[in-house]
Amino acid sequence: MSEASTVTEQRRNPHDPDERGHFGPYGGRFMPEALIGALDELAAEYDKAQRDPAFTEEFDTLLREYANRPSLLTEAPRFAEHAGGVRIFLKREDLNHTGSHKINNVLGQALLTKRMGKKRVIAETGAGQHGVATATACALMGLDCTVYMGQVDTERQALNVARMNLLGATVIPVATGSRTLKDAINEALRDWVTNVDTTHYLLGTAAGAHPFPMMVRNFHTVIGEEARRQILEKAGRLPDAVAACVGGGSNAIGIFHGFIDDPDVRLVGFEPGGHGIESGEHGATLSHGTPGVLHGARSYLLQDDDGQTIEAYSISAGLDYPGVGPEHAWLKDTGRAEYRSVTDDEAMDAFQLLSRTEGIIPAIESAHALAGALVLGRELGPDGLIVVSLSGRGDKDMDTAAKHFGYVEDS
Amino acid sequence: MSALNTLFERVKAEDRAALIGYLPAGYPAVAESKDLLTAMLDGGCDLVEVGVPYSDPVMDGPTIQAAAGTALRNGFRLRETFDVVKAVTDHGGHAVVMTYWNPVHHYGVDAFARDLAAAGGHGLITPDLVPDEAEDWLDVSEGHGLDRIFLVAPSSSEERIVRTVKASSGFVYATAVMGVTGARESVGAGAAELVRRTRAHTDLPIGVGLGVRSGDHAAEVASFADAVIVGSAFVTAAQEGTGAVRALAEELAGGVRRKSGHATVAP
Repeated sequence: MSEASTVTEQRRNPHDPDERGHFGPYGGRFMPEALIGALDELAAEYDKAQRDPAFTEEFDTLLREYANRPSLLTEAPRFAEHAGGVRIFLKREDLNHTGSHKINNVLGQALLTKRMGKKRVIAETGAGQHGVATATACALMGLDCTVYMGQVDTERQALNVARMNLLGATVIPVATGSRTLKDAINEALRDWVTNVDTTHYLLGTAAGAHPFPMMVRNFHTVIGEEARRQILEKAGRLPDAVAACVGGGSNAIGIFHGFIDDPDVRLVGFEPGGHGIESGEHGATLSHGTPGVLHGARSYLLQDDDGQTIEAYSISAGLDYPGVGPEHAWLKDTGRAEYRSVTDDEAMDAFQLLSRTEGIIPAIESAHALAGALVLGRELGPDGLIVVSLSGRGDKDMDTAAKHFGYVEDS
Repeated sequence: MSALNTLFERVKAEDRAALIGYLPAGYPAVAESKDLLTAMLDGGCDLVEVGVPYSDPVMDGPTIQAAAGTALRNGFRLRETFDVVKAVTDHGGHAVVMTYWNPVHHYGVDAFARDLAAAGGHGLITPDLVPDEAEDWLDVSEGHGLDRIFLVAPSSSEERIVRTVKASSGFVYATAVMGVTGARESVGAGAAELVRRTRAHTDLPIGVGLGVRSGDHAAEVASFADAVIVGSAFVTAAQEGTGAVRALAEELAGGVRRKSGHATVAP
């Protein structure tokens, strides 16, 4: 058995939603009737695939031989000195092929696309991590790929647009609404409802209508399973806390699930605080939103008094989403996980600190979890032990970082 | 017997299809939207759909997206939906509200139903709420005597059509094509087939929408459906003012009365 093989073995776990996709009062399917058939087809195919050893083996082989799993668990002692001497270990999803955790989910869903006999894949992307990963999986499997990306994001992540083009994907800039991730999802849904017979919507986070939140989570659970095994080997005990950034919440739900049945392990999600909660410019959906319906599921949401979505803001293009996966909403309400926010400046300080103390340049998304770990570490004291999900690498963020730190002039 | 039942019986007695027109509340601003909706009634719409502008209209094409955006930028507030419905009622017209679910969810399902009923509205069309998730709305609509217009689509299985029509009242909304709202060159052969499949499971009137833009379209759809639903074409006409809206309504009203019974469905 490969290290990655357990990912599909834990179906029917007690943390699964009900058969209509509800995690407590959250989740479900708030979708046009025209798409319900496709969601049913996907759920049925996924269910079948989970019970098919050939699927499991193909997926595990891809994770091992293509995506470079298992990813390392690296201790970060020089970084941890700035957190009161706590021990900090980094789950190195940045070392995966394509540079983030996103590859786990896209390989799983691309395999399902082939099983359903569909030839065309559409996806949304914010920072471009999911778009690049999707374009990669489509190139590997010979699928036609179209990626919707907000126009604001195509500008601030131009290099990732070039990557997707190189990989053979068509990138469509979305100029409606806030021209960011939420609007890219709207446009992808419009494409899907028009082309659903031939097209799979390869959603990039553990959100949306059932079965996406459960399925995407399960494809990412390998992160937490590896991390749990590795920390036991390296530290001889379970961590006091697991920290992850939360935009839509896919890397967080993946690593949390490795520890969800260990009640003494705190699960802490860090949301983008942007310019500070009081500024109103943030993306801290769980910490400061209210329950609502967006993009197919009931969850927490940033919305105004009329239920209109409020545009989220973060320096990280991968976190500025006004919704969040429904299982996180449930974990918040049940108290199993806690959610806090980290400002742009705190995240960028951690971004620079990790670069200078450990020689690892994290994604700005992941830097939110690192900034959170610095705070958690000081709370836990020197005997504490923290695992941080380093969900992606920061190469894509150099333009933003260079401007933030004044290495280049902000044009 | 609900107001919509009475309306459809009257239309049926005239041996024609009903004409249903859509315009968003608050487009381009609240006062103008009242005038545009009453112009639609004056031109011959039997029922109007008052749309609720929403920030994330995933079922809508560019025309209605842009109109919703204009309404929101011009300061539309959700509670003004009821003022617009009341203006239709006061004009002697009939209105239902078409809305994405989150505004209703946020306002409170019961409060929304109460205020809609008080304004004289007859029910809700819910493009992103399927009966599976509609338990509270099923209860509340009974309590306030409102109709529940759910959608069926060409991709709906027989099982889903059965479930949907069972939960529906007033009429059933059949989406003619797979896609978002927007005027189209033809309505598509799938529409007649969907109506036939739906008819097998219900006596409720069946309205067909998505893509209708002309009197000829309307006549074509009227040959196989109980109601012809027109949205984007009215929004486009609204950009030219009440005269254009009224003229389009008159053309379409002529279309629904011209149904020949042997009109062919455009390919």
